[in-house]
Amino acid sequence: MSNTAPEASAPVALDHEAPSFYVLDDHEHHHEPGSSTMLGFWIYLMSDALIFASLFATYGVLSTAYAGGPTPREIFELPLVAVNTAILLISSITYGFAMIAMQEGKLGGTRAWLALTGLLGIAFVGVELYEFSNLIAEGATPQRSAFLSAFFTLVATHGLHVTFGIIWLVVMLVQLGQRGLHPENQRRLMCLSMFWHFLDVIWIGVFTFVYLLGMLR
Amino acid sequence: MFNEPLAKIIFGRLGWESFPIHEPILLVTFAGVVVLGTAILVLVTKYRLWGYLWTEWFTSVDHKKIGIMYIILGVIMLLRGFADALMMRSQQALAFGANEGYLNAHHYDQVFTAHGTIMIFFVAIPLVVGLINYVMPLQIGARDVAFPFLNNLSFWLTVAGALLVMVSLFVGEFSRAGWLNYVPVSNLQNSPDTGPDYYLWALQIAGIGTTLSGINMVVTIIKMRAPGMTMMKMPIFCWTALCSNVLVVAIFPILTAAFAMLMLDRYVGTDFFTNDLGGNPMMYWNLVWIWGHPEVYVLVLPVFGIYSEITSTFTGKRLFGYSSMVYATVVIAILSFLVWLHHFFTMGSGASVNSFFGIATMVISIPTGAKIFNWLFTMYRGRIRFELPMMWVVAFMLTFTVGGMTGVLLAVPPADFVLHNSLFLVAHFHNVIIGGVVFGLFAGIDYWSPKAFGFKLDPFWGKVHFWGWVIGYWVAWTPIYIVGLMGATRRLRHFDDPAMQPFFIVAAIGALIIAVGIAGFLIQIFVSIRNREKLRDTTGDPWNARTLEWSIASPPPAYNFAHTPVIHDLDAWYDMKNRNASRPTSGFSPIHMPRNTGMGVILSGLALALGFAMVWYMWWLAVLSAVGLLVLSIAHTFNYNRDYFIPADEVTRQEDARTRLLAAGA
Repeated sequence: MSNTAPEASAPVALDHEAPSFYVLDDHEHHHEPGSSTMLGFWIYLMSDALIFASLFATYGVLSTAYAGGPTPREIFELPLVAVNTAILLISSITYGFAMIAMQEGKLGGTRAWLALTGLLGIAFVGVELYEFSNLIAEGATPQRSAFLSAFFTLVATHGLHVTFGIIWLVVMLVQLGQRGLHPENQRRLMCLSMFWHFLDVIWIGVFTFVYLLGMLR
Repeated sequence: MFNEPLAKIIFGRLGWESFPIHEPILLVTFAGVVVLGTAILVLVTKYRLWGYLWTEWFTSVDHKKIGIMYIILGVIMLLRGFADALMMRSQQALAFGANEGYLNAHHYDQVFTAHGTIMIFFVAIPLVVGLINYVMPLQIGARDVAFPFLNNLSFWLTVAGALLVMVSLFVGEFSRAGWLNYVPVSNLQNSPDTGPDYYLWALQIAGIGTTLSGINMVVTIIKMRAPGMTMMKMPIFCWTALCSNVLVVAIFPILTAAFAMLMLDRYVGTDFFTNDLGGNPMMYWNLVWIWGHPEVYVLVLPVFGIYSEITSTFTGKRLFGYSSMVYATVVIAILSFLVWLHHFFTMGSGASVNSFFGIATMVISIPTGAKIFNWLFTMYRGRIRFELPMMWVVAFMLTFTVGGMTGVLLAVPPADFVLHNSLFLVAHFHNVIIGGVVFGLFAGIDYWSPKAFGFKLDPFWGKVHFWGWVIGYWVAWTPIYIVGLMGATRRLRHFDDPAMQPFFIVAAIGALIIAVGIAGFLIQIFVSIRNREKLRDTTGDPWNARTLEWSIASPPPAYNFAHTPVIHDLDAWYDMKNRNASRPTSGFSPIHMPRNTGMGVILSGLALALGFAMVWYMWWLAVLSAVGLLVLSIAHTFNYNRDYFIPADEVTRQEDARTRLLAAGA
């Protein structure tokens, strides 16, 4: 699996006239490890963004299809959601500190910041589940209207992503415990970092587009 | 839940009545599958091939083997999809006036749904992905794809999806809602049976595989090209593969989201696409066609690349207008996102919206037309060798152009209001898919088989294959164009107007001629394997071709390139031959390669179990397999030992064998 980026290595000339057609000394031909993975993960995130785009578009089309049921203004608790937004944004900052600790080679700091990030993530999901249970208790269920179907699906898809992020984070804590800041683990932490910040960006869209705009309507 | 009988808890809604014992056609098919399947299992066991198949093929992360497995999957599913086609053609030829034919409406609707679903998702996609998998890494001088394990997983997820569709034939039933499982027919209240659930789970599982494969191929092309191969020195097939896979990554998530919402409607009772409580069925149509139209180009762009490579090789000339070909490909990829609404001009979105999408559709014909002229100018004053692959190219240009023109006709909204959902439309898209995609895939198989197996395919049976398809296509679909213009609509199992019957009889004859072509293909493969010594190619370059894959042995060694090639020209191998580049015969070093793993098979098996359990409401099995998927995926990440070195001795041995073969041939 010797990957060679186009400009990675200068061809070795066989003699002075003819250009060389083969890399003859690729014995220790090493590319930057994981650079393919980072690009691949970026592309995966873009494809995931399109899942959210589809859900946002569906929400946009169905956001006023109340079918005689509750409207956003009647059911959204903005202060609660604002607190939850703050929790998620802070968790991105703590993840950032984990990455700084990783770059400085501090295993303990990395794990501590990651653990804090995970706790904030759990708090976020917990508050979201609390919000959902309140809504369902009030009769604002996903089955009630197309608006609520689209609302629950969009927000819960984000919440499900955060849940998977937390599971991944726990796995990383275990793997850091086993192998420390192994290059492979560092690469995985970079990917999880992108994933975590990506979910933050999506949430900003949810907060603005669903909650704030919903209250204005 | 505990009040229910135990059988209900264990088997969900699966019961004896789920097995179609009252359908003689299905019983005979089932008997055939059982006999054939048992025969294969017995043979594999008798010759002790299980170990070989498992270690060398099923668990392989080698892009070449995965590519071949994709193609085998596509060919097998082609037989199933074509059997559906023959049933439809014969039903429509018979069912006039008092004659009801032999398929009832319930069964016929499943047949046309399964035909479309299988032909696109489990024939065209696997064949295209298979060829890209095999050829693209060789053309860019790489030793594998960027994520070899993911590649194996993608393949097996596609297989799991295909198996789920096949299971629906004998256990329960398949969707009756058309190849995109349209609401409102597929809503729970209209289809409470398992059909749409089979459809949704099969395509979600296969779709994840296709998305992962798309990411994999894009990264491979961007990151792993040999030194010197700038983007504009990349073979045109790789360019089309790149655009096609970028499209895959951009559209499959939309399909996943649309299907997921329909699943929620059916399982949870949400109201996305329902007719009441604010649901909007047309939202589903919009989403699936935002996927659906670019999907056409996912399939046809790589095939355009195949035609380009073949035209250039068999005319002995550099491809005319390489850079215009690249730009045309990119422009088509972008425009393909701006035309989805032409699939339902009749939705009522108004004149200005319809005009936009109509004009955007017509604009696509410009870069496509540019491609046709590029191929013609490549052929102009070339020394054309009419071998099998080149014959397919010529048949494609003649056939596809007609399909393109009827497409532009359909792009005119007022005309479309008359032709919407008519058989004219059905004839149009078969014209472009058979004349474009299918011909190109066969051309590609004929062209690259000598590379993959070390021998050419038999030309006589290849010609039977070719003429069967080309003549069969025209005989089968010209009459359908005509009855479409006469007003026949699609998805009908019975007609009243006897004036149309002769056309349907001719169409059925056409389908039989295509059957001869398919038989020719299977015989061609069989005969070629039997006569492989006579058809053997020892040079690795039987067609005097121009791109890198022909610079190595046929079949290529596991590591592809002992020394990574350095590229100076677009036609890299032609350039090397032209300037007498000498192949290094010594100084080999150990080569770093990924290790095989059975995890792809296991995860896909669990995905299949999950899909089946969800279709039949066996909740315990669904939970079990979902947990299994999660746990094993995590367990897989604890394996840090994923690669090994092919020792220098082994490389030297294989390369020396090639040196001797080349010397013997010279």
